Amino acid sequence: MSDTPVLRVSGLSARIGAQQVVESVSLEVPSRGVTALLGRNGVGKTSTIKAVLGLIERTGVVELDGERIDSLPTHKIVQRGVGYVPEDREVFASLTVEENLRLAERGPNPRRDLVASLFPDIIARSQQAAGTLSGGQQQMVALARALLNENRLLLVDEPTKGLSPKLVEEVTDALERAAEVVPILLVEQNLAVARRLAADVVVMAGGQVVHTGNARELLDDEERLIRLLGVGHSTTSPDREVPT
Amino acid sequence: MSTVVLLLATGLGLGALYFLVASGLSLIYGLMGVLNFAHGSFLTFGAFAGWETARRLGGDSWTTLLLSLVVGAGAGALAAVATELLLIRRLYDRHIEQVLVTVGLALATVALFDGIWGTDAIFVTGPPWLDETTTVFGARVPNDRFVLIGVAVLVLLSIVAFLRFTRFGLVIRAGVENRSMVTALGIDVRRAFTVVFAIGGAAAGLGGVLASHYFGYVSPQLGGSLLIFAFIVTVIGGLGSLLGAAIASLAVAVLQQFANFYFSGTGDLVVVLLLAAVLLVRPAGLMGART
Repeated sequence: MSDTPVLRVSGLSARIGAQQVVESVSLEVPSRGVTALLGRNGVGKTSTIKAVLGLIERTGVVELDGERIDSLPTHKIVQRGVGYVPEDREVFASLTVEENLRLAERGPNPRRDLVASLFPDIIARSQQAAGTLSGGQQQMVALARALLNENRLLLVDEPTKGLSPKLVEEVTDALERAAEVVPILLVEQNLAVARRLAADVVVMAGGQVVHTGNARELLDDEERLIRLLGVGHSTTSPDREVPT
Repeated sequence: MSTVVLLLATGLGLGALYFLVASGLSLIYGLMGVLNFAHGSFLTFGAFAGWETARRLGGDSWTTLLLSLVVGAGAGALAAVATELLLIRRLYDRHIEQVLVTVGLALATVALFDGIWGTDAIFVTGPPWLDETTTVFGARVPNDRFVLIGVAVLVLLSIVAFLRFTRFGLVIRAGVENRSMVTALGIDVRRAFTVVFAIGGAAAGLGGVLASHYFGYVSPQLGGSLLIFAFIVTVIGGLGSLLGAAIASLAVAVLQQFANFYFSGTGDLVVVLLLAAVLLVRPAGLMGART
């Protein structure tokens, strides 16, 4: 196993219009396991993910496996092995499930078997328009699109948002299996999910990184949890979420 | 009865021309959000290229017509690709600048065509069969209408098949819905932009050659005069909807013909009133995505 982080971000700043949404963020994502990116709503987590991908205007250094990717356009960053599961799924509603998956395939040997084993429900609905699926099923499609390809890193943005407890469980299971083969930077509001999946944690506030370290240590430290995220007892309440 | 059939056939022929221009406009706006005011120039360039081909080959044969259609479509596609690569590509998401540049290009190309081919209309001839008529339910319908309708149907089916059965088509359909997510799947959506411009330009170029036979002449103003109605049908059909553009093209052109005949040449006024009514009742157009 290599100790080189798969993703290294230094001095990353981004703005949307005139608004500074990410301010000199530096973080690292280890080459295996899940790193949770936590913080209250509006602190710049999603913007950080988008800035890494080049989906919003940004400055700073972004390295993937030691190679600078911050001057590349988004599609080339993704082609270098960065999978993206956006907040709110963003499936193509008018396309069928099969077309959504086909669109996402980047190589000649997509991992159809893995996707079929993780999400048999959506494979059974392959000819259905993605816009007619439930929110949970759309989330499965969004995850499947990212897992079809051999990636070096997955950027997953709030995959359990708005899902029922049963679907949260299923999505968490899928991410746990995915994390066995690819490192994940996970934006997550549900602390129980973060606790189950994440080995490392990065906490943001006001567009900046305010804490990095071991996930378990933070999530077990109620005082620090309250100070950083405004919530405690995460481990005793499975559905506890970071307040907005 | 024969008058109704004749008006209907003429309206369908004109609607076919509108569709050939509007299909490109609609696809380009749907995928890229670009209102391309230079689209009429692709049509005019295609028309002149087709006429030049026919002139150089000589004769009024079907082979000449077919070649001029191919050259016209190619010229339209080439002009459109050059416009996308050299001008529009630098201006994505800068809508005011896009409008300024495409309006400027439209004006500049008309001046350029004036300079090359002169300001007077040049009369165009084709195979004699096009100038003859066929009797349909008692109406003597000019044969060129059938060619126009046939080509437009062929173009519509070809674009639909391209969108449905090819990878580029899949990318374009997805891009119309959510361009940035297509990029986030690792797809260079700019290539799709170029392809859509090429398809739109080819359809307009084809429309240019056919328009020159429909009206009997080619002139530097040909594209501009059709563009305004193409914009109207694009808006009525729903920006970004190919099927909407097809339906609106036929509806607008047929309505225009009937209004011109039965209400003393008020066709253009009726079309504008229809546009206003659609915008009031259904702002996204007949088949546009509601916001």
